[in-house]
Amino acid sequence: MIHALVTAQSVIAAPANDYGLALPEIIMLSAICAILIIDLFVSQNKRIITYLLTQATLIGLAIYTIHYILHISTATEYTFNDSFIRDFKGDVLKIAIYIICFLVFLYSKDYLRERRLFKGEYFVIGLFGVLGMMIMVSAASMLILYLGLEVMSLSLYAMVAFNRKSSVASEAAMKYFVLGAIASGMLLYGISIIYGVTGHIGIGEISSYLGELAKSKTTMPLSLVFGLVFILIGIAFKLGAVPFHMWVPDIYHGAPTSVTLYIGTITKIAAFAMVVRLLVDGLGPMHKEWTQILVVLSLLSLAVGNIVAIAQTNIKRMLAYSTISHIGFLLLGFIAANENGYSASMFYVITYAIIAAAAFGLIILFSRKGFESDNLNDFKGLNERHPWYAFMMLIVMFSLAGVPPTVGFFAKLHVLQALIKADIGLTWLAIVAVSFAIIGAFYYIRVIKLMYFDKPVTEDNTPITAGADMHIVLSVNCLLALGLGLFPGALIYLCSLVFTPAV
Amino acid sequence: MLENYLPVLIFLVVGVGLGVGLMFVGFVISPKKPDSEKLSTYECGFEAFEDSRVTFNIRYYLVAILFILFDLEIAFMFPWAVVMGKLGWFGLISMTIFLGILVIGFIYEWKKGALEWE
Repeated sequence: MIHALVTAQSVIAAPANDYGLALPEIIMLSAICAILIIDLFVSQNKRIITYLLTQATLIGLAIYTIHYILHISTATEYTFNDSFIRDFKGDVLKIAIYIICFLVFLYSKDYLRERRLFKGEYFVIGLFGVLGMMIMVSAASMLILYLGLEVMSLSLYAMVAFNRKSSVASEAAMKYFVLGAIASGMLLYGISIIYGVTGHIGIGEISSYLGELAKSKTTMPLSLVFGLVFILIGIAFKLGAVPFHMWVPDIYHGAPTSVTLYIGTITKIAAFAMVVRLLVDGLGPMHKEWTQILVVLSLLSLAVGNIVAIAQTNIKRMLAYSTISHIGFLLLGFIAANENGYSASMFYVITYAIIAAAAFGLIILFSRKGFESDNLNDFKGLNERHPWYAFMMLIVMFSLAGVPPTVGFFAKLHVLQALIKADIGLTWLAIVAVSFAIIGAFYYIRVIKLMYFDKPVTEDNTPITAGADMHIVLSVNCLLALGLGLFPGALIYLCSLVFTPAV
Repeated sequence: MLENYLPVLIFLVVGVGLGVGLMFVGFVISPKKPDSEKLSTYECGFEAFEDSRVTFNIRYYLVAILFILFDLEIAFMFPWAVVMGKLGWFGLISMTIFLGILVIGFIYEWKKGALEWE
């Protein structure tokens, strides 16, 4: 071991490691530590300071990263002895994570206050989760990816259990912890097998090793496929793809809505990044093997997600099954296994995160102390009480269902287009996906029917208590579902740009 | 190569066989005279007063967390100290950052009152 450390010295002395490339992560960690300490010395009625510092960190990092890709560099660079990567697609995904996390915390603020959960730890743990996602997005080594995944997952377990007096939330956190640990174990086992067979832990090295292997052999050795299967199980668990989806509805339902908002949006972007790093960047030469498995996962997710969602009476559970079906669509882009498909998936996941943030944000908006507003019946006759927000809900539901001209339609369209254009004989899969999307439209449109055509169950004239910031940002977020649908060009261009190989 | 492991296999077979066999013999030849007192949950003890699922203060848990905090620190510091001279400034700065993060956790724990044992 001493020998290894001594040889490490020569590596350290070399100018290869530019730690400045990890500046966003370093800033984030320093900010978390600072906020944690500042929060200790802030009295409960001044807790807003913690919140403002958290939001300032996220906005600052978003501005810095946008500045970096516009004016400094979009090149792919490595640091920390080639285990940390900074590239264009990573930066774009990180910007999406920062901005959506900003929305999540903004929507959570009033919800937490009314339930006496407005504590500094909520924001600190939330930021730790974001730090984990940033590390996942920037991982260039299997171990760093796993490290990021664990930082994110451990934060999520704590956030789900945040309302510790609620038995439903504790149960959800327990389930999430156990299943998450199994998933991590599976992933780690797969990684260790891949490491054992290839002898490399760096994602780029594994890719070039497998590329050489694919040239000389027609089929991959069984041991590699064995490792791949375990990695895929880990990924499917984290994404919530059927048949590894059982935790999704329980956790979405049991967690406080503000945490559901967090889990339902930004972690999907991080999971997307994980799939890109592991399957595309790392195991890309094995795409013939993993597309077969993804076809099954995608097909089952589409079927179970869309059909079981119909039977739900709780809107959080309904949206959980809706997530599962959206994951099915997301995987279609990976099945295409080309740049077109990956960029379509990226567009899908970013727009899905934006719309899901709006959907859960609306549920938070209608809820108040002692009333969660998470039953479908609570939405009956919403149009008579709050016509503007009923309209917003209409846009969001149409977008989730994929009705033009909302952005959900274009996201689905691009994924399907990429799958058919890939010309790998999977047009039938696209047709099945569309059929299930039509079945799924039923339960989204049912919400619209409840809002516009049904009478309220009870007379409820309590006004919405949210502050002006939430009203404005939430409305903009909902209208974005329409706006991005009318003008999707810029984001689609960006997503295709990041996957274009550098010339 | 593989035959070198034969003693291990024999040991496993004998161990498992002996364990299962003795249990089975005990199960077969032991006398069984059950009565209602014998079959109750607490044959020689108190009946349960209340449900076991109550919230209680987990003080030792905090102590355990504290222990991990400083135990890990030492586990990293010993090998670091051995090669300190060769690592130079880089090693010193890395360890300072590592300790700095731990100290932040320590300040948090102290200020939250986790160290007070009334």
